[in-house]
Amino acid sequence: MKVLKLMFKNALRHKLRTSLTILGIAIAVVAFGFLRTVVTAWYAGVEASAANRLITRNSVSFIFPLPYAYRDRIARIPGVETVSFANWFGGVYIDKTQFFARMAVDAGTILDVYPEFRVPPEQYHAFMQERNACIVGADLARQYGFKLGDVIPMEGDIYPGKWEFVVRAIYEPRDEKVDGTQFFFHWEYLDERMKAETPARAGQVGWYIIKIADPANAAAISEQIDAEFRNSRAETKTETEAAFQQGFIQGTSLVIDLLNFISFVIIGIIMLVLGNTMIMSARERTKEYAVLKTLGFSAKHLVTLIAGESLVISFLAGGLGLLLTYPIVGMFSLFVPKTWFPIFYVEPSTVALAALSALGVGIAASFFPIQRALRTSIVNGLRFVG
Amino acid sequence: MASIIDIQGVSKSYWRDSFEIPVLNNISLSIPEGEFIALMGPSGSGKTTLLNLIAGIDKPNSGSVVIAGTDIARLTESELAKWRATHVGFIFQFYNLIPVLTASENVELPLLLTHLSKAERKKHVELALSVVGLADRMDHYPKQLSGGQEQRVAIARAIATDPTLLVADEPTGDLDKNSAEEILLLLERLNREFKKTIVMVTHDPRAAERAHTIRHLDKGELQ
Repeated sequence: MKVLKLMFKNALRHKLRTSLTILGIAIAVVAFGFLRTVVTAWYAGVEASAANRLITRNSVSFIFPLPYAYRDRIARIPGVETVSFANWFGGVYIDKTQFFARMAVDAGTILDVYPEFRVPPEQYHAFMQERNACIVGADLARQYGFKLGDVIPMEGDIYPGKWEFVVRAIYEPRDEKVDGTQFFFHWEYLDERMKAETPARAGQVGWYIIKIADPANAAAISEQIDAEFRNSRAETKTETEAAFQQGFIQGTSLVIDLLNFISFVIIGIIMLVLGNTMIMSARERTKEYAVLKTLGFSAKHLVTLIAGESLVISFLAGGLGLLLTYPIVGMFSLFVPKTWFPIFYVEPSTVALAALSALGVGIAASFFPIQRALRTSIVNGLRFVG
Repeated sequence: MASIIDIQGVSKSYWRDSFEIPVLNNISLSIPEGEFIALMGPSGSGKTTLLNLIAGIDKPNSGSVVIAGTDIARLTESELAKWRATHVGFIFQFYNLIPVLTASENVELPLLLTHLSKAERKKHVELALSVVGLADRMDHYPKQLSGGQEQRVAIARAIATDPTLLVADEPTGDLDKNSAEEILLLLERLNREFKKTIVMVTHDPRAAERAHTIRHLDKGELQ
C-alpha cells in the first residue's frame, strides 16, 4: 500500500533528525522501563503474596513479639489449615553492608505455608536433623558461594552473641517472582539460646503465618483471631499477607510515588521530543499536503498519513528502547547485590505500558501537525514557502 | 458545443488583517468542452484565483461555478475532494511531485483514490508515462529528472485518472525554452488527440498562442 510506504518514507526523509529523535525517545523509554522496573521490584513482595496466607503480629508494632503459646489457639480457629511462625533475626554476616533476610522459622511448617520455596526432600530431611542447620535461597548461595555443608558464622545484634549455621538445604524459587535470597534456620535453635541466656525473651515469636482454606474467609478469620486475643497482654493484628507487605513499604511510599511521577514525566518528555519533530516535519510538508488535497486526498487520508508517520517513529523508538531496557536492567542486576532487589526483572506490564505509551505519544504528538494540515487551505498551502 | 465550464457572476476577495482585498469582480465565463483556453494578465489580476475556482480548490464569495453540470461552489469540502479526484487534473508551475516517491509512484497517487486494482493502476501509470514520453523513467525519483521531465511526470499524474478537465498554472514558468516547448506540444496533443479541456494560466505570450482562445484579466475583470 502506497500510503503506508509514504508514511515510512516521510518518517525517514530527514535521516539524521529522525535518528536523533528515535535515539532520544529510546533513551527516555529505557529510563521509563528502568524506573518502572524499580517500582515493580519495590512492590514485588506485595505481588508475590498469596491470597490464602494471613499474617498475625503484635497490634502495637511489628517489633514487639507475640507469645509462642498463641500458636495452638490460632490453629483451633475454623478455616485455619496451618500455623507457622518466624522471628526476624537480623545479625551481621561479614559486615553490616552484607544485608539479606535472616529468619528463625518453625522448621516443620515453613515449607507448608511457603510452597514457592522448593527444597529437595533429602536436603529438607538433612535440615530437619540438625538444630543449627539452615536453608538458603539459590540466589543467595550463588552470591556468597554457599554450598551444602558450609558453616556460616554470624554476629548477633537483635539476639547478641556469636552464631553458627550449617547450610543443609538450598531452596529454588518456584518462579522469577519469588525471592531467592532468604535465609531460614530453626526457631528452636534461637529459643534454646534465649532460654539459656535471656529467659525473658524465650517463648516468643515475631509473627505468625497462617494458611487458610478459603481466601474468601480471610477477613472473617482475621477478625476471629484478633478477637481471640483482645484484652490480652499482647493483642494481635491480623491481615492478609499482601496488606502486611504493603505496610512494610508504606514508609517508602513517597520515594515510590516520586519514581512513579518521574516515570510519567519521562512520557511527557518523549511526547515533546516527538511532537517537536512532527511539527517541523509537517510544517516542511505544508505544500505537499496541499498538493495531496488538490489531488483529492481527504482529511481522513492526511490524518492517517501524519499520525502514521508519528506512530512509525514512536514505535521504532519504543521498540529500540525496550530492546535496550532488557540488557541494561540485566547489567544493573549484575552490579547490584541480589539481596538489595531480590526480584528485579522487566515485567510484562512494564513492556505493555511502554508500548501503550508509545502508541499514545505517537497519536498525541501528531495532534498539532494534523490540526495545522487540516486548517491550512489548499491555496495557502500551495503558496507556502518553508 | 456544450459548455463544460460555466461561471456566472463570480466575485472573490481575500482578507489580509482587517483589509478586504477584492480579487475577482463579477466574472462570467463559459468554456466549451474540448477547448484549450489561456488566461493571461498581469500579476495580481486574479487569473490564478479564477483557475483555483475552476479547479475546485477555492470557493467564490458569490456566483456559481458549474463544471460538467455540477455547481462546485455548493459542495462540501469532502464532496469537493472526491469531485477533484474524478474531474480535475492539476499541473503546477513548480511540478510539486512528492520527492520520496518515484515517477511511477507519483503518477499512481491519484489512482489510489479510485477502486482500480493494483494491476489496473499499473496499466494506467504505464500508459500515462508513455503518453508523456517517460516510460523509461518510471523508477526515477524527481531529483533524478530534469525540470522538463518533472513537469512531464506532473502532467502524467494529472491525466492518470482520465479527468474531464486539465488546469495548468504557469506550466512552463519554471522551464527553459526547449523544455517549455515540449510541454506545450504535449498539452496541445492532450487537447487534440485525447480531447481534454485545458485551462492554462500563463504570462508567456508564446505559450498562450498555443491555446485556441486567449482571455485577459485585469484588476479582477475579464477583458
